[in-house]
Order: sequence, then structure tokens, then C-alpha cells
Amino acid sequence: MKYLGKKLFTLVMTLFLVSVIAFLSFEIIPGDVVSSILGTEATPEREAQLREELGLNDPPVVRYVNWATGVLKGDLGVSYRYSKNMNEMMPVAELVGDKLPVTLWLAAFSLIMIIAVSIPLGVMWAKSNNRFLDAALNVVTQTTMAIPSFFLGIMVTYIFGILLKWFAPGGYVSYEKDPWGFAGYLLFPALSIALPKIAMTARFLRNSMLKEMQSDYVRTAYSKGATKRKVMYGHVLRNAMIPVITFLGMIIAEIVAGSIVVEQVFGLPGVGRLLISSISTRDFPVVEILILYIAFVIIFVYFLIDILYRVVDPRISEK
Amino acid sequence: MKKRLFGLFLSALLTMAVLGGCTDGTVEPSVDHSSKEPTYGGSVVVGIQQDFDSLDPHKATAAGTKEVLFNIFEGLVKPDENGNLMNAIASDYTVSEDGLRYTFTLRENVKFHNGNVVTAEDVKYSLERASGLLDGTPLVSTLRTVTKVDIIDEQTVQVTVGSANAELIYGFVAAIIPAGSGEDATADPVGTGPFSYVSYKPQEGMIVQKFADYWQTGLPYLDEVNFKIVNSPDSALLELQGKTIDVYAYLTDSQAGLLQNDYQVLASASNVVQALYLNNAVAPLDDVRVRRAICYALDRDEINLFVGGGKGTLLSAGMLPTLKDYYVDLNDIYGTTDNQQKAKDLLTEAGYPDGFDLEIAIPSNYEFHMQTGEVIVEQLKAVGINATIQGYEWNSWLEQVYNGRQFEATISGVTSDMTPGYLLTRFQTDSPKNFINFSSPEYDDIFKRAENTMDLKLKADYYAQAQKILCDLAGSAFIQAPANQTAISKKLAGYKFYPVYVQDMSTVYFVEE
Repeated sequence: MKYLGKKLFTLVMTLFLVSVIAFLSFEIIPGDVVSSILGTEATPEREAQLREELGLNDPPVVRYVNWATGVLKGDLGVSYRYSKNMNEMMPVAELVGDKLPVTLWLAAFSLIMIIAVSIPLGVMWAKSNNRFLDAALNVVTQTTMAIPSFFLGIMVTYIFGILLKWFAPGGYVSYEKDPWGFAGYLLFPALSIALPKIAMTARFLRNSMLKEMQSDYVRTAYSKGATKRKVMYGHVLRNAMIPVITFLGMIIAEIVAGSIVVEQVFGLPGVGRLLISSISTRDFPVVEILILYIAFVIIFVYFLIDILYRVVDPRISEK
Repeated sequence: MKKRLFGLFLSALLTMAVLGGCTDGTVEPSVDHSSKEPTYGGSVVVGIQQDFDSLDPHKATAAGTKEVLFNIFEGLVKPDENGNLMNAIASDYTVSEDGLRYTFTLRENVKFHNGNVVTAEDVKYSLERASGLLDGTPLVSTLRTVTKVDIIDEQTVQVTVGSANAELIYGFVAAIIPAGSGEDATADPVGTGPFSYVSYKPQEGMIVQKFADYWQTGLPYLDEVNFKIVNSPDSALLELQGKTIDVYAYLTDSQAGLLQNDYQVLASASNVVQALYLNNAVAPLDDVRVRRAICYALDRDEINLFVGGGKGTLLSAGMLPTLKDYYVDLNDIYGTTDNQQKAKDLLTEAGYPDGFDLEIAIPSNYEFHMQTGEVIVEQLKAVGINATIQGYEWNSWLEQVYNGRQFEATISGVTSDMTPGYLLTRFQTDSPKNFINFSSPEYDDIFKRAENTMDLKLKADYYAQAQKILCDLAGSAFIQAPANQTAISKKLAGYKFYPVYVQDMSTVYFVEE
């Protein structure tokens, strides 16, 4: 209980600090939302009217406090930039709520791919004594890891979209309209995210397992007459998984927080893309909530990892 | 640096090779295969580059928003593809001799998308809202001189303005919306245009559908148009190659080359004045000889060839050639190729025989301007001016360069509406839009006269003089109106080019296979 309380306190403090820093950076960077909206057509009257409408005339502290109390009350505010209809702006909750499923599904798809492929691959790699296979996997994983994700995204689009025509580039359909079409389209961006991560995780697992196989307890297990299978899955894999879980956790945090690059390349309207465009248009209420969301995801995932450690290795909680 | 220029040159050559014989530099909007019978129905995806800044036709300022809203909203008058005005919601209008009273006769039985007939009340409300008579803030700045809107009878509305201006009529393209809808919090956009609003999703786009009761009978042909927001020019290209977009404007020259086989790629003159804008208030650019030297140093033919495949239209004084009645060709003054000797002489005369350092601020999201910058840096180097490019994020550029005027030189494009005054008004000494700090009492005087005359012949004369002064004093180094290249699916016909930012989908139709 004490542990949970401590974690919760850290969470709240971190979120508070993150929101203040995000707010301050928006005060510092040049260009504000009014000039972003009115562009080169700005007239002094329109600027004044817009500033008033958006409540930008208040001093920064007042604006921050207004915003923060709103959020605490569950009111995330409205976007400065996106319209809901002719006269109203889009509430942030609605905007993010609409984009979040895209990112979450994308994350889920890629995560399934990563786990389903990288763990068997890593185990097989660690077990194999075939030097040719070893060399081949070395080359393949090194290469996959080295490709920047935007380039991989473009290659996937080009190969599967334009050459093989397995999907239509830019043919994204909303999950509300056509769930199957949505899922089908998401497979390829998910693949672009998963490929380098699969390579990394498989390598990581293999190295971790090879290291564990040198340990004394493995020799002991064998000398007690345990089968190779029992030793590998019961002892080695279990111990080797601990660093891998940390690594997977980092990956999860990264992709749930928004696969910014891949969303851009595939034209997916997810939170990563929303974050980029909201920063460039200085849409403060949207950016704040997205940054808080990302901070929350990262802290929460690390908390989960912590718990998982205890499940995999009960000794940790005793320490 | 030489290497970079060489690279550009190579890519220009490559593009020309890809384009085959299409590099004769003509920018006449090509007419597509409209010999085939138009068919009704079908759905089209139009790729657009920007998200919507507002769904309110009076508040929207971005060109990217207006070009889509053109399909939903109409004014009393509206632009046609030749840059003239045609009657829309008004069937006729008269202007009093002193230019202070406009009397509009409303077309009978024009319907809003909600089924109601447009009344004089709606027109009065819309004009009062746009001109700021409702709450004091003019939303459409060209209408700021309107002082009174009166309903004469059910079909007639009279507008009174404070000062005469022959170009004011263009302000009446402002959208007519149902009375009260500007304050109704839950209102969807409702207009009288050929398409009615269906839905909008941030970052995804807007869907509109055919308005069956549109007053121009026979239009539109299409049942549905999806204006889809495309992230970046790169993903636009992939989507075009994957055929998920049917229409996409503002292609780069290399993209146009790649799409030549799969799409109809048509070019027309854009309504953008691209220039190396010079801050007339900072040394050494405050010396007219230095500014002239820069004009002489530029080889605009080369710029046009390198960055636009030779399809742009060179210009020298901030007026667009598409405004045929007002444009004067001043390209001879500094020539379209470089005159390095003259440039060096002028620099020596001004006291800079060894040149000087010049920073060119460019909004880096505009690849076209960035590429132009690279060519210009090389050209200026040849006369001893050591220019460097400073890339700016768009908002920072707006704040520091455009609004803050803290810059030496910048490359950018200024867009126009349909009026010549719009382009030239910014060069008056005290104009809030005069970001280059151009200052010439003579220019101010001529511009005022042009603005105040109702005689169109005289007006054209004054504007010609104004352009001459601007060019003579080298207010900036004007470059070109870049070509707008548009890819259109081979299944479609009837796409029209406008001299203003408009994507008119009402005349587009599918051709029989």
C-alpha cells in the first residue's frame, strides 16, 4: 500500500511538472495561435477579437490556473484551431477521443506482431548452433534496426501498396465506418513499426539467454538431470526475460505515446500526427493534453513493468 | 555551394527529360477531353494540403479553406474562371454614380441547403455580420467601408458605403448565410452553393454532397466530394500513385513529371507573387542602388527553369499577369537574365565594391521558396553579395519577418484576391501589410488616386504608374507567378482553373468509359 501511494504521488507530481514546462515552452517559442490562425490576413481588429475570444489577454499565471482547474474538474477545454461546426470549436476531449483509438489499435497490432515474432525468434536463435543461421540473422536484424522508420514506412508503402497493391496508400478508412477496412489498412503501418522492434527484441533476448546459459544454475540443473527443454523454458527463458520486459516496456511506451513518424507517412489521423500539427499551429489546449497523456503512459507502463518483475522473479519484491 | 546548384541543375534536367517535349513554358490552362458526354453521379476524392482554419465563411482566412468553402457558400456575386464577376444570389445590381450606393436585386427562389428560400433578411444579416455592423469587428476586411444595409423590398437590398471604391464590388463575394446562423452554436455550415456540408473531421477532411436544389440547373454533376487532407507532398505523391486521390493541385514540378502517364496533369498560372522581398528600412537595402543591383544580379529565367521547370510567368512589379486589365509588363527594366556588370557598378557606386552580407529568411515548409533561395544565393555570390539562407518555421516567420519586420530579405509568395488594389495596397508607406517598409510619397499619391476613381480606364492608368514606380525603386526583386500544376484522374473532365484560389467541383464530371 505504501508502495502504491508513493507511486501515485510521483505520478501526480510528474504530470504537474510536465504541464508547467509545456505551458512555459509555449510562452517562450515565437509565434502565437492568433498569428497562426490569421496568417498574412491579420487585421488589428480581428487579432484583438480573437485574443479576447480565446482568453489570451489574461496574464500567463491566470491562464495556467484557469486551464489547470478546468482539467482537474474534468473539463479539458476546447481546441484553438479545430472547428466542430460553424461557430463552435472542437472540445479537446472529443478531438483526442476520436484520434486515440487509431493510435491504440496501431500500437496493439504492432505489439502483437513484435511479441509473436521476436520471442520465438530470439529463443530459436539462442538455441541454434548453426553458424550460417547465426550469421544470417545477425545481418538481417542489424539491417532492419538501422533503417530509419520514415524510410521503412515509405518502402512498405511502395512495395506493398504500389508494386503488390495489397493495400491502397492513403486509403485509410475510419474505424467507425468500416472496422475491417480500418484493421486491414492498419496492418502495414503496424508492420513498419514492428520490423525494427522485432529485430531489436530478438537480438536482445538471444544475448540475454546466451548470458544466462553460462550461469551456474544452468549447469546445476543439467547435472540434476533436467531435460534441455525444461532448462531452457523453465530456467533460462524466465531469467532472460527480465531485461527483455524492461525493453518491451520501453517499446510499448514509445508506440502507445504515438507513432509520430509512421502516422505521418501513412496518413493515419492518430495522436502523434495531432501532436505535431497542434504544436505547429500553437494549439495549446490540445498540446497540453497530449503531452500529459504521453507522460502518463510512460509512467504507467514503467509502473506495470515494476509489477511484472515481481511476478517473473518473486525475489525482487523481497528486496 | 556550387555542388548544390549543380544538383539542382541536374534535377531540372532530369525533370525536363521526363516531361519530354512539354517544356515550352506556356501556361495556358489546358482544356481536357470534354468532347465526351458528361455523366451524373459518382464520388471524387480531392487531396488538399491544409486543414480548415474555420468552417465559418466570414471568419476563414486561409486560402486552403476558402478554396473548399467556395463549393458550399456563395455571395451576391461570385468569381468566374476568367477572373470576372458573375451574378450569383443577386440576379442584378446597380451602383450609384457617386459609387456610394449598391442596389442588389435578389435572384428568385435561391434556396439554402436547409431548404429555405434566401430572403432580403438573410442578405442584410450576412452583410452586416461580414462588415462588422453587428458587433464592430469587420470579419471581411474589404467590406469595412459599408455603413448601412437597407431592405428596400423583398427582393431588393441597398448597401451604403462611406467612401467610393470601384473595387468594392469584389467584396460582395462574401458568403450569404441564413439570418442568425452566425450566432447559433450548433449550426452546421449552411449556404447556397452547389454542394452541401456533410461532415468534417480534423486532420481527415470534409465531405460534401450534391445540393439537388442548386439554382444553376444541371449543376453539379457529382454526388459526393471528399476533400481529404494530405499530410505532406511526399505522402500525396504516394497516394496519387496508389490512385486513392482523384484531384490534387499544387504539384511540384518533379511530382508533375512522375504523374504524367497516370493522370492528366494540367498547368495554369497561379495567383501568387513570388519575390525576393527586401526590407527597405535596413542598411544597405535602404539604398535604392543596392536594391537595383540585386534586381540586376538575378537571372530569373534560370530560377524559373531550375525550380519550376520553366513554367512560371516572370513578373517585375507585384501585379499578376492574370489581372489582364491592370498588369503592365516591366520585365525589360532589369531584364530576365542577369546583368552582373551593371549590378557591380551599382554596388560600387553605392559604396559596396566588395559586396556585403545578406541574410535571406525563408519559411522552410515551402520547398519551392527554399529551392529558389539556393539558386539566388549563387546568383548573388557572382556579384559579390554574400547571401545566406535562414530557414524559419512558419509561425516564427509570421511573427518575426512578416509581422515583426525583423529581416533583411525573405523569399515568399503573396497571394491575391481578384482585385488589383489588394496586391498594390500593401506598398503604401503606412499600410499595416507593408512588411518590406517600402516608402514612396509618389507611390502613395498615385495609389490613393487609383483607389478613389470610379473610372476604370483611369484606374488602370494609375495602377500602371504605381507598378512602374515600384519596379523603378526596386521595392523588391520580384520573380514570378509560379505555375500551378494539377493532377486530375483520367476518368474526370470539366475541371476549371480560376485566377483565384478556388477548387470548383461543380463542373467536374465522370466521362463514360
